[in-house]
Amino acid sequence: MAAHSAVLSVSKIINPFWGGRLGNTVKVFGTTLTSHRNKTQLTGENIPPPAKYGGRHTVTLIPGDGIGPELLNHVREVFRFSCVPVDFEVVHVNSALETEEDINNAITAIRRNGVALKGNIETKHTMPPSVKSRNNLLRTSLDLYANVMHCQSLPGVQTRHQNIDIMIIRENTEGEYSSLEHENVPGVVESLKIITRNNSLRIAEYAFRLAREKGRRRVTAVHKANIMKLGDGLFLQCCREVASGYPDITFDSMIVDNTTMQLVSKPQQFDVMVMPNLYGNVVSNVCAGLVGGPGLVPGANYGRDYAVFETATRNTGKSIAEKNIANPTAMLLAGCMMLDHLKLHDYASSIRNAVFTTMNENRLHTADLGGQGTTSEVVQSVMRIIQSKGQLTAEL
Amino acid sequence: MAGSAWRSMLTLGGAVRRPALSSASFSRGMQTVTLIPGDGIGPEISTAVMKIFEAAKAPIRWEERNVTAIKGPGGRWMIPPDAKESMDRSKIGLKGPLKTPIAAGHPSMNLLLRKTFDLYANVRPCISIEGYKTPYTDVNLVTIRENTEGEYSGIEHVIVDGVVQSIKLITENASRRIAEYAFEYARNNQRSSVTAVHKANIMRMSDGLFLRKCREVAENYKDVKFTEMYLDTVCLNMVQDPTQFDVLVMPNLYGDILSDLCAGLIGGLGVTPSGNIGANGVAIFESVHGTAPDIAGMDLANPTALLLSAVMMLRHMGLHDYGNKIQTACFDTIRDKKVLTKDLGGNSKCSEFTADICRRVQDLD
Repeated sequence: MAAHSAVLSVSKIINPFWGGRLGNTVKVFGTTLTSHRNKTQLTGENIPPPAKYGGRHTVTLIPGDGIGPELLNHVREVFRFSCVPVDFEVVHVNSALETEEDINNAITAIRRNGVALKGNIETKHTMPPSVKSRNNLLRTSLDLYANVMHCQSLPGVQTRHQNIDIMIIRENTEGEYSSLEHENVPGVVESLKIITRNNSLRIAEYAFRLAREKGRRRVTAVHKANIMKLGDGLFLQCCREVASGYPDITFDSMIVDNTTMQLVSKPQQFDVMVMPNLYGNVVSNVCAGLVGGPGLVPGANYGRDYAVFETATRNTGKSIAEKNIANPTAMLLAGCMMLDHLKLHDYASSIRNAVFTTMNENRLHTADLGGQGTTSEVVQSVMRIIQSKGQLTAEL
Repeated sequence: MAGSAWRSMLTLGGAVRRPALSSASFSRGMQTVTLIPGDGIGPEISTAVMKIFEAAKAPIRWEERNVTAIKGPGGRWMIPPDAKESMDRSKIGLKGPLKTPIAAGHPSMNLLLRKTFDLYANVRPCISIEGYKTPYTDVNLVTIRENTEGEYSGIEHVIVDGVVQSIKLITENASRRIAEYAFEYARNNQRSSVTAVHKANIMRMSDGLFLRKCREVAENYKDVKFTEMYLDTVCLNMVQDPTQFDVLVMPNLYGDILSDLCAGLIGGLGVTPSGNIGANGVAIFESVHGTAPDIAGMDLANPTALLLSAVMMLRHMGLHDYGNKIQTACFDTIRDKKVLTKDLGGNSKCSEFTADICRRVQDLD
């Protein structure tokens, strides 16, 4: 970490003009310098964040737009009710503004606290193209390189396919989301997709480590190397290299269009999947749809030093905002993932069990699952179940 | 019912402005079609289709050509000149699967064909087949994919060792052209809405341009409803409720993924037809599955995809009666479930399946 930032600052001093240009290459070399030191910190082995005073953690909370604020309020309600030792530092990001001050404040807050829980920040098309997606900015500035999503069929939810259990690990910082676009000739726009060896190795390492940790048998790399021979070819090559170091885990690869086809016909064949950014977007949304929709699956973005938790499909849900019909499951489960990350496992399990009981046994479903429940009803049910288990709770 | 839906939805004819001269020659006498059997199972399924067409007495004269890439003068890869000449003359082609090697020296054959004939639109109607059960019923949508640029421009560089850059190209002209085709198709096939699929929140300029062009073209087609939706939202909703979609128009990569996703919904590439429309009235219909080298030459292949694409072709040429006859025969055979090939759940041979369809076609006469 120290070597990395030293190299970066030196490059900025020497060449302020080229600093930005060299910045990326320096970051690439910087990570090689420090990567061997941090091999043990790659997966859930992240050191618990330092923001802990008097036994209470401080976590940054970014409400976002659409259904974000109301769902995060419910999360805070449940946490307060369960006496979870977490304080939230709320940072608002106004998506209507063109300046990046808001999002920079949020990023600073996350650097300070190490952990965040966020809703999705809307990206308005009416703004000029120089206004980049705030969510993307957050992910790349904090170098949250791995997006992890666990899709599991829930017994209480009626879906076309059963017995799905897929872990999706998606490269979160580069690929098609590099936000490097230009218009050299009027009417012709070029968008650059960047694939680097270091990031590909990093995400492949992460995937295999996670697979080993969770006792998974197979990792599938998803790519389109028959068309993008150099870009995805490099990604595939890096995955193969890393796979050779894990002989106990089977590695295979599949082209992305075949993958989507297989997912809608036989999703049970997949175990762990690793892929670059855009394919990750498609595959994670398909899988979320297969297990029951965007309201059920939580997602986590892990970096070397920071972790940000949100819903897996990152929807703003503007059309259902403030109608009390949104499904709080995904956000609540994201909160539980965050508690696990903070090593507060008991609280995490208790809330998670309450959510699953509500979902599977009580069958209290919101509109997106075909039921009639409201968001507050589901949250009340969760809190009642937590109370009934006999743990210390506040007033209902 | 699905049958009549198929009939109306598979007409590509109205969407392409054919020159007045050739429309007369379509209906009388034999029409020449360039046939490209392809690799792997290509030759056997092409033979199956030719047999079925013969049984139906369709007025088609097949001209077989090979399109393996050769190095032309100047070192550029190109398709053999006799193939090009045949296509330019007949304007209609039927293609079997072609091999695309991963990380080989020459560009993908399919890409080469697209560049040669400027096949800018790939149309894939995905409609649930009655006799073939999948978890998704009542699928009835069409994916129209821009086929020449986008992420598949093939422009890649190694910047520094370990950093690769792939360029996604979006141009105003191509975006406008595909949007216009999509709306024309929707109008001529009585489809109610067109949805543009994009990722303009991340790729602001490129997908932003595509979206702007779609919006502009939508202004001229007020009778067709226009909506726009993010790629991830489309994927999410597609696997939960595919009935909400009608015509989808999108750039190359999203089109590739989504059209295969939709094919998966109705039963896979073995039963999905596909057509490529080019400039200058050229149209090549193809089966989109792979070459299946593991079953090549063993009479186990399923010719349905190529057959349905050939039916699309017949309709495009205005020969609706023959198209309907062959399609009905094919669907009846599948619904009957007596002589299905292995991928459809039976264990008959390709020749048996073909023979059954031929018999039904002759009975329908």
